[in-house]
Amino acid sequence: MPKLSPTMEEGQIARWVINEGDAFAANDTLAEVDTDKATMEMTALSGGTLLKILKPAGDTAALGEAIAIIGQKGEDISALIDEVSKNGSSRSAEEKPKAVAEPEPSAGGKAAEPAEEVRKEVPAQASQSKAATDSGNGRMIVSPIAARMAADNGIDLRTIAGSGPNGRIIKRDIEEALAGGGAKKDATAAKAFTASTIVGASAFSDEPTSKMRQVIATRLAESIGPIPTFYLTVEIEMDNVLATRKQMNATLGDDAKISVNDIIVKAAAMALLRHPFVNASYQDKVIRFYEQADIGIAVAIDEGLITPVVRGANLKGLAEISAEIRDLAAKAKAKKLQPEEYTGATFSISNLGMMGIKEFTAVINPPEAAIIAVGATTPTPVVRDGEVTVRNIMHVTMSCDHRVVDGATGAKFLQTFKQALETPAMMLL
Amino acid sequence: MAVLTIRDALNQALREELIRDENVFIMGEEVAEYDGAYKVTRGLWKEFGDKRVVDTPITELGFTGLGVGAAMAGLRPVIEFMTFNFSILASDQIINHAAKMLYMSGGEFKVPIVFRGPNGSAYQVSSQHSQALEAMYANFPGLKVVMPSTAADAKGLLKSSIRDDNPVIFMEQERMYGMKSEVPEDEDFTIPLGVADVKREGTDCTIVARSMTVPMALEAAEKVQKEFDVSVEVIDPRTIKPLDIDTIIASIMKTNRLVIAEESHSFASVGAEIAYQVMDHAFDHLDAPIKRVSTVEAPMPYAKNLEAAALPSVDKIIAAVKEVCYL
Repeated sequence: MPKLSPTMEEGQIARWVINEGDAFAANDTLAEVDTDKATMEMTALSGGTLLKILKPAGDTAALGEAIAIIGQKGEDISALIDEVSKNGSSRSAEEKPKAVAEPEPSAGGKAAEPAEEVRKEVPAQASQSKAATDSGNGRMIVSPIAARMAADNGIDLRTIAGSGPNGRIIKRDIEEALAGGGAKKDATAAKAFTASTIVGASAFSDEPTSKMRQVIATRLAESIGPIPTFYLTVEIEMDNVLATRKQMNATLGDDAKISVNDIIVKAAAMALLRHPFVNASYQDKVIRFYEQADIGIAVAIDEGLITPVVRGANLKGLAEISAEIRDLAAKAKAKKLQPEEYTGATFSISNLGMMGIKEFTAVINPPEAAIIAVGATTPTPVVRDGEVTVRNIMHVTMSCDHRVVDGATGAKFLQTFKQALETPAMMLL
Repeated sequence: MAVLTIRDALNQALREELIRDENVFIMGEEVAEYDGAYKVTRGLWKEFGDKRVVDTPITELGFTGLGVGAAMAGLRPVIEFMTFNFSILASDQIINHAAKMLYMSGGEFKVPIVFRGPNGSAYQVSSQHSQALEAMYANFPGLKVVMPSTAADAKGLLKSSIRDDNPVIFMEQERMYGMKSEVPEDEDFTIPLGVADVKREGTDCTIVARSMTVPMALEAAEKVQKEFDVSVEVIDPRTIKPLDIDTIIASIMKTNRLVIAEESHSFASVGAEIAYQVMDHAFDHLDAPIKRVSTVEAPMPYAKNLEAAALPSVDKIIAAVKEVCYL
C-alpha cells in the first residue's frame, strides 16, 4: 500500500481497475484506494502483469503492506505467496525487484473477508457503486445468454450486480441495465420510497465503512464525545397541514381523528426513505442502512420517557399510523409495552409542541443516526411577497450523528421533510 | 371433427389399418374375445375374425417372437402388451431381434412391427406395474419410440407406426385412455414420426413434456401465466426416437429457459438426453440451468398419497418453472 495522501496510515481498496492476469504499462491505473482524504488512483511505477490480488475491494491495508503481486506473465509466485501467508519479515520482499508484495502483519491464515460492495465517499455527497459479482475466487457467475447479450451490447459485466442465485448475472439483469441506459444504480434512487407488504423490524444492508467516514467518525468523536452531535433547525409553515387535517377530520369519528404529530411521522418516514444516510446507523466497520422507516415516538410517562416504535411507517397510511400511535401511547402509559414495541427504531421524533415549547434539541437514541425535536406551531408574522402576514410556523431541530450524517445530508433530509409538510399532497406520491 | 377419447382414437386407427392392409393383424393377451384389457381393440375380433385379431397365452416372449418372425415374413403385426411392464419379459425379442434384424441381415429382412400398450403409472398398481420404460427402448438403435398425448396424435401416430417398415414402440398411458379431444375424420389422416408439436406457444420458458405430463404442463402454464404473468411454451416431442430436437432448440432460443417434465425416473432418462442435446446445441442461449421434473428415484409405492408424492405434478412443474425464471 503506497502513501497516496500526506496523512494516510492505511488505505482501503475501493476497486481494482485491472484483473488478475492483466498486463499494464507504467502510469496505468491499477486500483482506486480510499484514503483518509479522498479516493485516489494508484498507478504503476513500471510495466508488468498483475499476477495476484492479495487485498480485494473492500479490504484495508496499512502503509507498506502487500496488496498484490506483480511480475512477468507465467512467473512462479508460489514462494512469494508462501512468504506473504507465513507472515515473514515484511521488508525482505522489497529486495525482490519484481514484487511489491509485502507480508500482511495480521494475516495468520485468516481469509480475506468477502467485500463485494464498495462504497466511495465524496465530501457532502454520498454515492455508491456496486462492484462486480464474483464467486469469491475472482470468477464471475454469468448465465450463457447474459454473457452473450453483454458482449453484444458492449456492457462491462463487472458493473452489473447479479440477481440470480450466488449472484449469478442473468438475462433480466442485462435487460435492466440496457433499459436503464447503464448498469450503475444511484443509491438514493435505489433506496427510494418503495412499497412492500412486510412490516416487521426493518431489514437492512451493511456496507463497509469507507476510510473517510472512519476518519470523520474518529476525529469528531474525539472532539465531542461518543456521538458527535450537531443540530439543524428549520422553520416549517404548517398552514396547509392544519387545513388538510381539518378536512380529513371532518369525515372521521372522534376516536379516529388524525393529529398533527401523525402527519409529522408520515412526512418523516417519507423523507427517511429518500435519504438513506439519515435512516442508518454507524456501526464502526459498516454503516447499516435500514430498508424501512421504523420511527420511535417519545412518550412521557410518570417515571420518565419511553419511545414506542411505529414499524414501517413509510408503508402505512395516516389512519393506520394514527391508530397505532394511539394504541402504543396507551400501552406505554399503562406500562404494557412489550420490548419489541419500544426497541429497534431507525429514527426518533420527540414532540414537546403541545407543552408550549417553541424549539429545543433532543438527544439521539443510539444507534440511531438522528432524532427530530418538534416545537409548538404558533401564528407568527412572516414576510411573504414583501408583505407582512401571519402564518402558523413550527420549528423543528434535528440532532444528527456526525459519524454518518453530514451537515448537507441532514439539511437535504429536512428540505424533503419541510416540503412534505408544506405541500401535504406530496405524501400521496 | 369428431371428439373422441384416446381409447376410441386408437381403436379407429387399428380398424382403419386392418381394413386398408390385409397384412396387418393384432396379437396379444385378451385382445380378441375380451375386446382388450383396456378395450382398445373393442369390436375388432367380431369384425375381422380369428386370423386378424389373435388371442395369445400369457407368454410375452413367445408371442413377441412369433410377431417378429411374421414381420420378417412380410406381415405387419401389431403386438399388444397388456402393459409395457410385461414387455420386459419379451425384451430379448424386441431388443436383440426386432431392433437388430435389418442391420444383421444386411438389409434382407425388414421388421415392420408395432409393440403397443400402456406405459407408466396407472392407479395404485404399485412397483411392478407402474414403470415408464421409454428410456430403455430409446437407448437401442433400430427402435422407434412414440408417445402420444392427445386423441388426434394417438390416431395419426399409430397409423404412421403401422405403416412404418421399422419396429416401433408405441407407448400409451392408462390414465389417459378416457381423455377426449378432436380427431380428424379423414381415413388418410396420419402424423409423421419424428415431428414435435408445440401444444402451447409462449415466450418466457419452455416445458418439454410427453404423454401424461403434457396435460400437466398445459395446466401449469395457464396457472403460471395467471399468477406470475410468465408465458410458457409447451412442446410435446410425440416421437421420442427419432427426436425432433430442432423444434425444442428453436423454442429455447426464444425463451432461454427449459423445464422437462416426464413420468419416468430421472436417472439416465429421456429428459436427461434432451437436456444434454439442448446444452450441446443451445448452450449460449440458456439463462438458467435446465430443470427436470421426473418420478422420484424409488420403486412406485402402493399407497395413494405416496404414489402421488412420487409422480410429477402440476405443482412440481410450476415450482420448476419458477426456479428457471428466477421467480
